Amino acid sequence: MNPHVDFHAFAPEIVLTVTIVAVLIADLFTDDSKLPARIAALGVLGSLVPVLTLAVDGQTRSLFGGAFVVDPFSLVLTGFFLVAGYVTLLLSFDYIGEGDYYQGEFYVLLLTSLLGMIVISSARDLISIFVALETITIPTFVLAGWRKHDTKSNEASLKYFLIGVLSSAVMLYGMSLVFGLANSTVLVDIHKYASGHTPALFAVAVFLTLVGFAFKVSAVPFHFWAPDTYEGAPTPVTAFLSVASKAGGFVALLTIVRLGFFPSGNSWQPILWVLAAASMTLGNLAALRQTNIVRMLAYSSIAQGGFILVPLAVAGDVRGNAAWQAVVIYILIYGAMNLGAFAAVIAAARRTRSAEISRLAGFGRTNPAIAVMFSVFLFSLAGIPPLAGWFAKFVMFRAVFDANTTVAVVLGVIAAVNSVIAFFYYSGVVRRLWFDEPAAGVELSSPRLPVGLSAAMGLMTAVILVVGVYPQFFARLGEIAFQRG
Amino acid sequence: MHWFDDWALTLAVFIPLVGLAAVLFIPRAHEQAIKTTALVASLATLAVGVGILADFNYSQGGKLQFIVDKSWIPLIKARYHMGVDGISLPLLILSMLMVVLCIIYSWNHFPEPHNPKAFLALILLLAVGMNGTFVAQDLILFFVFFEIVLLPMFFMIGVWGGPNRQYAAIKFFLFTLFGSALMLVSFLAIFFLSKHQTFQMPQLAQFGGSGIASGTQALVFGGLFLGFAIKVPMFPFHTWLPDAHTEAPTVGSVLLAAILLKLGAYGFIRIALPILPAAARAWAPWIGLLAVIAIIYGALCCLAQRDMKRLIAFSSVSHMGFVMLGIATLTSFGINAAVFGMVAHGLITGLLFFVAGSVQERYKTREMNRLGGLLTQAPKLGWILGFTVMASLGLPGLAGFWGEFPAILSAYNPAKLTQGLFNGDQLLTFRVYLVVAAIGTVLAAGYLLWMLQRVAFGAVKAEFENVHIHDVHVSEWIAWVPLLLLIVALGIYPNLIFHITHGAVSNVSKVFGG
Repeated sequence: MNPHVDFHAFAPEIVLTVTIVAVLIADLFTDDSKLPARIAALGVLGSLVPVLTLAVDGQTRSLFGGAFVVDPFSLVLTGFFLVAGYVTLLLSFDYIGEGDYYQGEFYVLLLTSLLGMIVISSARDLISIFVALETITIPTFVLAGWRKHDTKSNEASLKYFLIGVLSSAVMLYGMSLVFGLANSTVLVDIHKYASGHTPALFAVAVFLTLVGFAFKVSAVPFHFWAPDTYEGAPTPVTAFLSVASKAGGFVALLTIVRLGFFPSGNSWQPILWVLAAASMTLGNLAALRQTNIVRMLAYSSIAQGGFILVPLAVAGDVRGNAAWQAVVIYILIYGAMNLGAFAAVIAAARRTRSAEISRLAGFGRTNPAIAVMFSVFLFSLAGIPPLAGWFAKFVMFRAVFDANTTVAVVLGVIAAVNSVIAFFYYSGVVRRLWFDEPAAGVELSSPRLPVGLSAAMGLMTAVILVVGVYPQFFARLGEIAFQRG
Repeated sequence: MHWFDDWALTLAVFIPLVGLAAVLFIPRAHEQAIKTTALVASLATLAVGVGILADFNYSQGGKLQFIVDKSWIPLIKARYHMGVDGISLPLLILSMLMVVLCIIYSWNHFPEPHNPKAFLALILLLAVGMNGTFVAQDLILFFVFFEIVLLPMFFMIGVWGGPNRQYAAIKFFLFTLFGSALMLVSFLAIFFLSKHQTFQMPQLAQFGGSGIASGTQALVFGGLFLGFAIKVPMFPFHTWLPDAHTEAPTVGSVLLAAILLKLGAYGFIRIALPILPAAARAWAPWIGLLAVIAIIYGALCCLAQRDMKRLIAFSSVSHMGFVMLGIATLTSFGINAAVFGMVAHGLITGLLFFVAGSVQERYKTREMNRLGGLLTQAPKLGWILGFTVMASLGLPGLAGFWGEFPAILSAYNPAKLTQGLFNGDQLLTFRVYLVVAAIGTVLAAGYLLWMLQRVAFGAVKAEFENVHIHDVHVSEWIAWVPLLLLIVALGIYPNLIFHITHGAVSNVSKVFGG
């Protein structure tokens, strides 16, 4: 049998795959160290073209018996992943180029991981989700250990690898149980099965699957790999892990819950509730104590992950699509501000030669432009209007109030207290930047920052300001994602 | 002028933002260009304000005018909805005026670490938030403007402030952030509880909380109360204020006292009372109680201060107590007095902070024990201080009187409330408040005259005998004369304000039968 394949639906994946091969070949046959990077950047932008044509077309395309679906949801997130991937490339160019690392391989691995992400936005059955998730994760094991002469980087990679494999095993076991019960791996069928009466074993299956996801999105108590891995990995990779790879996990989680487990609310809501509450609280409390900016951002991203889980945890009681919209909008905004924050960390580290927060003292006096943008990212993460972060928090609280159950409101209160705690450590860095006297030994504005890095910071600052003032840009994307195509 | 009607408020809010962008693009070395740009932007904003004053239909002061109502965030049903009525108008103009005066005052003395570019950029950002808050007619828009004010003030205190500035800045931010988080939660609750699910203030006010159970209403009001009370600040949430004021640079203190504190009281009148009137009736005696405690407590704290700025800061707590007492009566009389009190306090305390800043600049200290004899060394400055002190203590004929006296008087006959203290006798409750507040005015006269006596009278202390003290500078004159004139004008002819506010205030108070 020769199934009909809609190549237009696959076009973004095809372009990206061709790019990966091209980068590999270019690396083999030329000595021009800049060529692979250029091809990679061009390929990522090229993959955005079919995303746009598919969006203009507006048709929902379902392939492989519903296992791979191109709809507004997948297009919005594919677009997000490609843009996030492009920004990561901007951050990487000079960092990787200057470090005397294997450039070609770096871009191949990064793009492969990115390929997994754009597949996951369209994946609609357990197997394709699992395969896409592994495609995201496995290259990042290697990327985390990129600085191979640095023991911290080795530790980061090994820890990440072991935990990653363990979580995959747990998730796969859960998925196999789901398959055994529902007799199908396609989410639509699982949805039908979950609507009926389900045995207790189904709850176990859901639990194991969600635990696997909890590792991937580094939700407390399955988070302990994240700070070490983030600290040890090269900073652009950390940015990629904390934004794109994490968002990949959330997208898959959202898809599985929304299209699969949804009717059986009792099996997944309590788990997500606990994960959300624990991630927010512990992530924030641990972040308060950090002296290293990368570790602080690692814990902050754990806490932010908790905020993203909040609407999911109450989704069963929310009318319409408000909860799903909240998750997507939060992911989009979080992506912009966290990528920006890491870009600023890289830029600052070029001047201070350190990731210690104390070394940032008085940075605003010596490097005002970087410090202004850094403050924008941090205050946005804290959720202060008029920076985009406020709207992410707002849609989250809105979902909580829409649900209007006691458990939802309790979670909302926990989230509210946590946003105040979070402000404390974000503003702590800002205070260092602006209120303290400059530390000795910080270089002044020279040498110039790499163009890619400045562009990434400028772009993210612009996105945060524009979306903060006119949130409808992202709100509309959240709305479109759940329209019936 | 149809065009102006549609665009006036947008211009009023966003001209400062354009100025801010322009300032950011001028290189740091071109100080003169930066200062001129900022001044032009603030003057242009004030010109729009004058245009609004000229075009405002005073016979329809209760109606929203210059309305803009455009789509903003359809997903959450928030709209770009702005308008002014008689309550907003005086505060909006006050805010525009104070920004101009602050920029003029800063002209030649930017506090350390200097950097006029950043300083003026922050003032302009502050202007966006302040002007926006007074004209927003959508709860979410209000929230965003209300919060925009935080960042510039945080940096202003933290970078240009006194020795203890970090602590003061973070305390200011955390207090307000906590309050505004609760305020936002209440806004969301109002949205989901109201039948039409809207954030538009006029509709919500019309709706008046009907259909919301009284217990829930009281809770939601509690959230709003905390958000606004922290900003006012009311006792016992005032503790951030003395620190923020003491550490802030002069201009920061002026804007904080003149405008930022008003945002809270304005929130009560604009949002809390009209949208949840039943809860307001239940809460009013307690608000009144906290108001009179603030009056007395603030005054007593003033008597214990040695730092001039800290004294003025506590006097703000006391004066805002009168404003809140007026609001708590829920009567037209009381709320009119409250709005007048806000304007008067803005002018007078703004001027007091200006003078305190100038004294500090000359003597390098604000310790009143070390000061003295200002009248002999800089007589004009001394007389301005004396004049402002008289205005502040409520001398009839000056603006301060018309804020305080009617507010006290209004407590004689409050609106019908659901309960009172003293076995539920609300009339008695408020009359007790009246007496206590009246005692507060005596204390106010005490601490203010005491400050005047220690700073301006007597002989010059030995350590400053041979120091040359410059009398009032030109930039100071330009910044202060408008305030001096307004204090006199409003004192002689208070109807200038009452005439504007009356219609709008009766819209608020008619729900309470006042």
